[in-house]
Amino acid sequence: MRDPGEAEAPRGPAPGTAPPPVLALRKAGKSFGAVRALREVSLELFAGEAHALAGENGAGKSTLVKTLSGVHRPDEGEVLLDGAPVEFGGPAAAQEAGVAVIYQEPTLFPDLSVAENIFMGRQPRARFGRIDRRAMHAEATELFTGLGVAIDPGRPARGLSIADQQLVEIAKALSRRARVLIMDEPTAALSGNEVARLFNVVKTLREQGCAVLFISHRLDEIFELCQRVTILRDGAWVAGEPISALTPDDLVRRMVGRDLDTLYPKQDTLPGEVALTVGRLTREGVFTDVSFEVRRGEIVALAGLVGAGRSEVARAIFGVDRWDAGTVEVGGRRLPPGSPTAAMAAGLALVPEDRRQQGLVMDLSIERNIGLTGLKSVRRGPVISRAAERDRARDWAARLQLKFTRLGDAVNVLSGGNQQKVVLAKWLATDPAVLIVDEPTRGIDIGTKAEVHRLLSELAGRGIAILMISSDLPEVLGMADRVLVMHEGRLAAEIPRERATEESVMSAATGRDGAAA
Amino acid sequence: MAHDLMTTPGTGSAPKGGAAGRSPLGRFVRWDVLVTALLIAVFLAGAAGSPDFANAGNLSFALGDLGEIALIALAMTLLVVAAEVDLSVASVLGLSSAMIGALWDAGWAIETIIPLVVVVGAVCGLVNGLLVTRLGLPSLAVTIGTLALYRGLAYVVLGDKAVAEFPQRYTDLVTGDVPGTPIPYPVALFVLLAIITGVVLHATGAGRALFAIGSQEEAAFFAGIRVKRIKLVLFVVSGTMAAFAGVVYTLRYGSARADNGFGVELAVIAAVLLGGVDFDGGKGTLGGVIAGVLLIGLLRNLLMLNDVATEIQSIVTGLLLIVSVLTPRLAAVVRQRRRSPAPHTPLSSEAESNR
Repeated sequence: MRDPGEAEAPRGPAPGTAPPPVLALRKAGKSFGAVRALREVSLELFAGEAHALAGENGAGKSTLVKTLSGVHRPDEGEVLLDGAPVEFGGPAAAQEAGVAVIYQEPTLFPDLSVAENIFMGRQPRARFGRIDRRAMHAEATELFTGLGVAIDPGRPARGLSIADQQLVEIAKALSRRARVLIMDEPTAALSGNEVARLFNVVKTLREQGCAVLFISHRLDEIFELCQRVTILRDGAWVAGEPISALTPDDLVRRMVGRDLDTLYPKQDTLPGEVALTVGRLTREGVFTDVSFEVRRGEIVALAGLVGAGRSEVARAIFGVDRWDAGTVEVGGRRLPPGSPTAAMAAGLALVPEDRRQQGLVMDLSIERNIGLTGLKSVRRGPVISRAAERDRARDWAARLQLKFTRLGDAVNVLSGGNQQKVVLAKWLATDPAVLIVDEPTRGIDIGTKAEVHRLLSELAGRGIAILMISSDLPEVLGMADRVLVMHEGRLAAEIPRERATEESVMSAATGRDGAAA
Repeated sequence: MAHDLMTTPGTGSAPKGGAAGRSPLGRFVRWDVLVTALLIAVFLAGAAGSPDFANAGNLSFALGDLGEIALIALAMTLLVVAAEVDLSVASVLGLSSAMIGALWDAGWAIETIIPLVVVVGAVCGLVNGLLVTRLGLPSLAVTIGTLALYRGLAYVVLGDKAVAEFPQRYTDLVTGDVPGTPIPYPVALFVLLAIITGVVLHATGAGRALFAIGSQEEAAFFAGIRVKRIKLVLFVVSGTMAAFAGVVYTLRYGSARADNGFGVELAVIAAVLLGGVDFDGGKGTLGGVIAGVLLIGLLRNLLMLNDVATEIQSIVTGLLLIVSVLTPRLAAVVRQRRRSPAPHTPLSSEAESNR
């Protein structure tokens, strides 16, 4: 048996010396009512390391983060700061101790300047208690220089990209002398370049002696950035080991608790007749001259950087936005611009990018959300049969293996992956000919992700034409029969499955030509 | 938003679920049941306190007196569920009444006047609806504007005059009872319309769409629901109903005046909110609203029987409005405090998990 005293044999990145971890959790447990969100979870964060926290949605990652950051107090076990037990009275106390959390979508004060946001509540003072703007700007500039990024401290926070907002939050944390940065899915909404820049910043932070706890659903990011990983499953600690000892498959197996057949179960299908034809579609200032076809049984990916106009094209096709020129035909029928109702009637379905704003009515029940796209099949005259409505929802929930307690529960209690299944159910219930999915697996745990992929593949196999927008390159390469790449509002390349590689897609997406050749 | 924050067991009652999506009082008792209980209590108290209260004559009068409010409340319920509001209803009622007076004075036949004023009411609603849906203006502001506008038009049409002496057979239609019952005709009509409204709201696709629009308009639009079309129709229905209520009002009092129905919109909205419809949209039942309408009617009747001044009646209406908006929110705050896992910072941690 190994010595249980972990502090005596630290596996941190500082060989020779044995400083205690900056922040640690020892056999921590946390329950909410009957639900045990965390059970005997231990975790050690050493100065200078990037530590990944992996686990499916619902595995307890957020509870762990909240326990470390003083929002929750553990029921069992303890939090250790520099090796000594502490009890954070609240988030403020944890911040005081140097623990900062950077959220996926930071909440800055939009009308205040970047510098004012950084120093909110702790502004440097000049004489008579006035705020010393010059000192504030100088300090902010210094912080950004230290991070190796260029953001103007004087500009208002409004209009900053999410990536820049995160950097402002990081600068804010550093200005409070944070030693531990917890990043909760920081990359979910970032483009490739922005992710690269964030990773550079994290490397700089490590060199400066910060400990970083990094949460991401993207395995490649974990392998690229982190030295060690802690894996949670159903609230319990599963593993904590150096990344170098694991393969991506090992990691997935530990997270899911079983072998995942494959993440990209793409069936080969023979494309049928043309289902969707987009001809020279243009929306002034957003996208120009976009033409393509999607055939029955085909999965066509629309790739490109965030902001290249992919979602905008999808929105226009579905009629949520108007287009200025061009045509959209579904099954040979021309659609009028700007009418989702007409698009639906023609057999189009759109699973939108923003699940929580556009895909679902969060306060309504699972059942009502599934019924949102029409209840023709359960009506007698104009009156809906409650029993038939419920059966129909239950049927779809079963087909998509939705995990839920009651059909009458509001969708906002479901996990992200299950919410996405409700969106899919809602649209599949309309029996669409063309299904457009915009970032179908963003923010979804890996088990559900594989399920969504299998479902898309099955749907294509049944003759549905699928247009898939995705920023997840492995997903694009793994699922698509053809890849359309957009760059700055135009279609830059069309790459068949055989020739689609990370390089060919990325070079087209970044405007370095040659991929199409 | 950080999806994880919402969805892991750590963020509250997620796996047990349920509470988050229901009415704020859902944990304890349904709001509309509460209002119905209150209604019964007020009725019993009234019967005990005043011998004039619980007899068929007075109740029939009380119901009749409530007719306009009840009719308008039906359309208002649909609007508020869809997160819109129409404050111009009382002014449309006034305009309708003034037009009846002016046209009657000019020698028109009642058979021509009634359809005409109802159409004018529909047009008033259409104007509200177009301003809201085409120009994207908030209905609260638009209908405060048309509240003044339509009332002004009413004065232009009829001035300060009062026109009376309508033929008995028409006033009888409004003041009379359905043969063999103590039920006034307007009440019978209300019952019919309430059933239709209830079915539309609670058992048709259109009703489902209203709740979706009210709780998250963007998602409703993305589901192919014709949000603007539906809202436009609602405003037209509201205007039509208000004008029709104007006809009932005018004939019931046998007097057409430009200031008829002044302030009725507040009683209507008080009844709707008291009935448990969320002013932010997306929640409510027609049963609750009917209980709310009756409760307001009984209270007004009781106050009147006890010779309480109209100023006090107005105060009571105002207080009811505030109480009905405030109570569910207070209950929600209380519930959050109870549920909060970190007692030292109850509100901040809850806000965190609700991001």
